[in-house]
Amino acid sequence: MIVIVALVLSACSGGQPQTGTGSPAPSAAATGAALPTGETPKPGGELTFIVTAEPPSFDGHSQNTFAMLHYTAPHYSLLYRLDPADLTKIVPDVAADMPQISADKLVWTIPIRKDVKFHSGQQLTSADVLATYNKIVFPPSGVTSTRQAVYGVVDKIEAPDASTIKFTLKYPSASFQASLASPWNFVYSADKLKTDIHWYEKNVDGTGPFVFVEYQKGAFWSGKKNPDYFVKGRPYLDSFKAIVVSDTNRQTTAIQSKQAMIEFRGFTPQQRDTLSRALGQDLAIQEAPWICTNYVAFNTKKKPFDDERVRRALSLAVDRWAGGEALSKTTIVKDVGGLMRPKGPYAMSDADLVKIPGFGKDAKAAKDEAKKLLADAGASSLSFKFLNRNVTTPYEPLALYLIDQWKQVGVTATHDVKETAAYQADERNGNFEVGLGFNCDYFDEPDLQLAKFVSASGAGKGLNFSFYDDKKLDDMILAQSKETDAAKRKQIVGDIEKYAMGEQAYQWPVLWWYRIIPYLATVRGWKVGSNHYTNQDLVSIWLAK
Amino acid sequence: MIPTLVGVGILTFVLMRLVPGDIVALRYAGATAVPQDVIDRERHILGLDRSMPEQFASWMAGAARLDFGQSLWTDRPVTEEIRARFGVSLEVAILATLIAVTLAVPLGVLAAVKQDTWVDYAVRVFSIGGLAMPSFWLGILLILLLVVTIRWAPPLIFVPFWTDPIQNVLQVLWPALAVGYRYSAVTTRMTRSSVLEVLREDYVRTARAKGVRESLVVVRHALRNSLLPVITVISLEFAFLIGGLVVTEQVFNLNGIGKLLVDAVAHRDYNLVQAIVMVLAFVFVFINFLVDLLYGVLDPRIRHA
Repeated sequence: MIVIVALVLSACSGGQPQTGTGSPAPSAAATGAALPTGETPKPGGELTFIVTAEPPSFDGHSQNTFAMLHYTAPHYSLLYRLDPADLTKIVPDVAADMPQISADKLVWTIPIRKDVKFHSGQQLTSADVLATYNKIVFPPSGVTSTRQAVYGVVDKIEAPDASTIKFTLKYPSASFQASLASPWNFVYSADKLKTDIHWYEKNVDGTGPFVFVEYQKGAFWSGKKNPDYFVKGRPYLDSFKAIVVSDTNRQTTAIQSKQAMIEFRGFTPQQRDTLSRALGQDLAIQEAPWICTNYVAFNTKKKPFDDERVRRALSLAVDRWAGGEALSKTTIVKDVGGLMRPKGPYAMSDADLVKIPGFGKDAKAAKDEAKKLLADAGASSLSFKFLNRNVTTPYEPLALYLIDQWKQVGVTATHDVKETAAYQADERNGNFEVGLGFNCDYFDEPDLQLAKFVSASGAGKGLNFSFYDDKKLDDMILAQSKETDAAKRKQIVGDIEKYAMGEQAYQWPVLWWYRIIPYLATVRGWKVGSNHYTNQDLVSIWLAK
Repeated sequence: MIPTLVGVGILTFVLMRLVPGDIVALRYAGATAVPQDVIDRERHILGLDRSMPEQFASWMAGAARLDFGQSLWTDRPVTEEIRARFGVSLEVAILATLIAVTLAVPLGVLAAVKQDTWVDYAVRVFSIGGLAMPSFWLGILLILLLVVTIRWAPPLIFVPFWTDPIQNVLQVLWPALAVGYRYSAVTTRMTRSSVLEVLREDYVRTARAKGVRESLVVVRHALRNSLLPVITVISLEFAFLIGGLVVTEQVFNLNGIGKLLVDAVAHRDYNLVQAIVMVLAFVFVFINFLVDLLYGVLDPRIRHA
């Protein structure tokens, strides 16, 4: 045993010397292997990838875990999707074209492709799209549609003919196009839904690039190429196998030993560095800012967190810029941003961001101001329990950083770490003072990212764990949602950020996540996006060997 | 047996419901939070809005017919969930036991016979190492050793023995080694002390005085009579391995019952947890029953009594 330990330790330390500061940047060659290079895609082969969890159901309409999408997305089509080559752009999937929108922006008419077949052989028509969206937007009793609220703007859905679907909205909506490209909105068969509306919870029949083959619970999920896929020449792969691996070390060794080629959610900087040292040019790495962030949420029903001075002081105490630099070396956070993803289409500029209390770059001045605010609020020696999940990446390091920052302004926070179920129970019941929450979305879309800021007794019930009601904020959020002029909408979103994070500081982001995907360089045609929900149908992926 | 199982069932039912957390909230913990009305609707569908006595009565009525219901997480019958995993854990437990017994009994006897010599010291170091080293850590080291030295790791997907024996052994051997080492350490120490005790008995001295060969004295007189405590340890360890290999199963990506139990607890899947605990309780009780029978085989005094 001692021999084994010695061998392993010497082997682990004897690899290639690491460049840089512990986060070696991917070499141009390695990164280039993953990006479009003008190579001709080669058909064939099986993609093996890791999924770290398993879904309770296969029904995209009721689920919201990436684990469900990574297994099932290759089997389904959507009405619209994100362009695999440009993940900020929405393109038709089973829709034949982009929607025709009426002059009053209330009626959206969408043509449906006529060459789409379900894996069971049935032809897809607008009746299938209608049944799908009726299930999502107007679910019957006993059916769960997790994102029903997102479609509250929809008044009615009709299928005037076999190849047209028509949505009528209650008011113009800026986010409706993105909502139609939601990766969860798998198009289902109307017949199957009519026979048993729960059929898709345990079965698979879509129109996507891969046909379902087998699922061995706790082990793997597999699919094979759909020969009747409506995009000719696609997919390139013959088959795929998604392997369930929950242990972090085993995920790394699975890639290292080439038992799996990729894991699509994201690895830590340490995992990336380990693989980079071990595999060298056999490894490609893609990285991107992630539409995920952790929020510090204050229970405004508890004193002194009902006082905005205290909330603002605790935000001012945190040096986010130094935190981003330090923590990005060890965990999956990096960028400083407001309520919208940094560098995203709705992000405010750094010049504007640094003017918001807590987001400035003069950490000493901010901490002095924090101390003054706490003194004014009579909370100079504030102490509280800081509720957190027992999830290492990135919750625990983030919380430790925050606690240290608060300590520097005389505030004592006790790290109250709970397993997810107990954490959620406390969060939902308001049984906490300050907690570390999170939010992840599939698209840079203010309606999605601002949903948890709506008043807790209104549409924000079950989403807003700061438990405040603020009509002014609600009105601003509704205004941006109805504003179809992009520039004006961005302006309103900026005002919301200044008000919600700066003035009221009800709940504020700490650092935004950063997605790191190290994978075998033989995998081509896949482009990292700013989320781990979209672009999972594997349609553009091919294998170099 | 039945009162024990009923007691275990009641205890598990109550304990699970005392732990805070809600399976429905967990089902939707993946991304953006889910509105309260969705949570309430799902709770109703799963019957979690019924009173505790109602839920208990319904569960007990099912359990009496060996119907443990559906998994609240996957909506599949819990018997189906358990059946798929039980075989994996059982196989690892059997292989680990074989490894442990093959190592432990000869080493324990050797250490006892060569007491206070370098052989005894070497065996003691070996066994204390096994006790001190967590199985999962040894497992991680084994995988790293394989990956770093021969660029190979045990298969990620379990293949049943009758489908592909080689692939099966290649996956199960490593966790069995990691677990078997600790298991053998416990058994070695028990064998050593038990054999030492018997070697001091009068009948052993008599056998030696009669001129019986030393090997026969050790094997026939000492070892056989020292086996009762050793078998007790082996059986308890074996029963523990069926459901207790949680971390090791995780490290080796084994889809066993320990991992299933931990996932079920984390998901607050009451039906599944209750059923697994009942199965594990049954395994313990059944193995104890078998050991009681074995005592009779090994010791005629017990049989005749």
